[in-house]
Amino acid sequence: MSVVTWLKRHLVVIAGLLTLGYLLLPNVVVTVFSFNKPKGRFNYEWQQFSTDAWKDPCGVADMCGSLGLSLQIAVWATIGATVLGTMIAFALVRYRFRARGAVNSLIFLPMAMPEVVMAASLLTLFLNMGAQLGFWTILIAHIMFCLSFVVTAVKARVMSMDPRLEQAAQDLYAGPAQTFLRVTLPIAAPGIAAGALLAFALSFDDFIITNFNAGSTVTFPMFVWGSAQRGTPVQINVIGTAMFLVAVLFVLSGMIIGNRRNRQKA
Amino acid sequence: MAVVTEAPPVTPIPEKKPPRKRGRWTPYWLLLPGLLWLVVFFALPMIYQASTSVQTGSLEEGYKVTWHFVTYWDSLAEYWPQFLRSVFYAAAATILCLLLGYPLAYLIAFRAGRWRNLIMILVIAPFFTSFLIRTLAWKTILADNGPVVHTLNTLHVLNVTDWLGWTAGDRVLATPLAVVCGLTYNFLPFMILPLYTSLERIDGRLHEAAGDLYAKPWTTFRKVTFPLSMPGVVSGTLLTFIPAAGDYVNAELLGSTDTRMIGNVIQTQFLRILDYPTAAALSFILMAAILLMVTVYIRRSGTEDLV
Repeated sequence: MSVVTWLKRHLVVIAGLLTLGYLLLPNVVVTVFSFNKPKGRFNYEWQQFSTDAWKDPCGVADMCGSLGLSLQIAVWATIGATVLGTMIAFALVRYRFRARGAVNSLIFLPMAMPEVVMAASLLTLFLNMGAQLGFWTILIAHIMFCLSFVVTAVKARVMSMDPRLEQAAQDLYAGPAQTFLRVTLPIAAPGIAAGALLAFALSFDDFIITNFNAGSTVTFPMFVWGSAQRGTPVQINVIGTAMFLVAVLFVLSGMIIGNRRNRQKA
Repeated sequence: MAVVTEAPPVTPIPEKKPPRKRGRWTPYWLLLPGLLWLVVFFALPMIYQASTSVQTGSLEEGYKVTWHFVTYWDSLAEYWPQFLRSVFYAAAATILCLLLGYPLAYLIAFRAGRWRNLIMILVIAPFFTSFLIRTLAWKTILADNGPVVHTLNTLHVLNVTDWLGWTAGDRVLATPLAVVCGLTYNFLPFMILPLYTSLERIDGRLHEAAGDLYAKPWTTFRKVTFPLSMPGVVSGTLLTFIPAAGDYVNAELLGSTDTRMIGNVIQTQFLRILDYPTAAALSFILMAAILLMVTVYIRRSGTEDLV
């Protein structure tokens, strides 16, 4: 029974690829349905091939505006969380100080908390302060929940760094600023980049926390949520497909550049 | 937003002094802005919420703290089914994620070879596509006259699941099965990535050693690989279970009124009914329950170094 032995030998590969299929199936459906011409308001059933939506991706009222807003928030949240998170990560790895344990738990807790709990409690705070819900409250919330993920990513990288490299720089009469900019930062850069990328993805895609703290401001995930009730335009699938392609190209080019650099060094 | 850059070095000319002397206050300056952010926008809100949960009053007349602890009891009594459902759905999704995610993580870590990067990208890339769009795609996949329902019907699987109460009649959409399927799908990458990280750290020579000692592949997995991947299993299950238990998106988009989870209740109470004390009490109970479960789980599995 060669088929059975073959199956047995490649069981892990088959199971793994099936999972990968499960993971990518919705992306395939989103792509296919971006070429659909729906009959009613909802784009859940295949009707007819058409490229209308691709020719006019911003043809739906308010959709591209919400997309722009989400991008804007994600960029600012990424910058804020990355700066604050990198500072915390360096302090945690490089210095001994009192209350390190308490700081570590404060960093860990937001990741171990259901989003709906954080969302609701933050809204309670904003309501009590009488804050105007909108762009700023969303940004504050996003920096808050991205922070812990950046700290974790940067910490992992800084921990694996050899402190002797910095000592060597200082032995060669580099000042603290010079050491930091020319030695420490370049080595920590992949960790910081990973943290920033994660923060961007989390912020850009966040729905639950934004839903609570946005007031009447509409980000892209909130637009999609609303359209699930009102009727989903095909353009949503176009944006979804485009985002997937951009992400794949972006990560792929990053990896190729990284590989090339490594090869040059070797 | 106050961006505090590098703290000014204590020594202006570093040449004469010992080079490695660092400012005693440097760590505190580095920590201050970020921690302040977390205290003001994470810890303080929790206190506000605790206070809200023991208030009484109305939206028109305002709320006052009256230490009305009965809200906790009442909301727990009323929404007990939703709590239970959340735990069941999240547990089912976590187990499914582990069963589905382990082979893929193993494949990437040991078998993928030069395909490793590509598979990694395909696991991560969906993170950048809106998860709401992808969740809506499940409506198409599980549709009443779609291929999945058709196949399950032909195989008479739906009869069994209907009997078990997982599906209803000839439908998959708007049933518990659809919600669990969505939850599993949405949180699967959170299981795969930590599993991959801990599998990748395993020294391949251990597998060879087990083989040299006449261990069959399954025995090697059971006695060597799996125990060594426990940190990944623990953090993966936590990263899946916690967000799944609080999720309301899947239950709303793929479920029905019979599949409402506690997240749906909190969302409705907070944003539609505007009953803030009940909403606050419910989210506090959810938080406490999850922290309790997580603590017990971490103690049991004996892994202290997480994430």
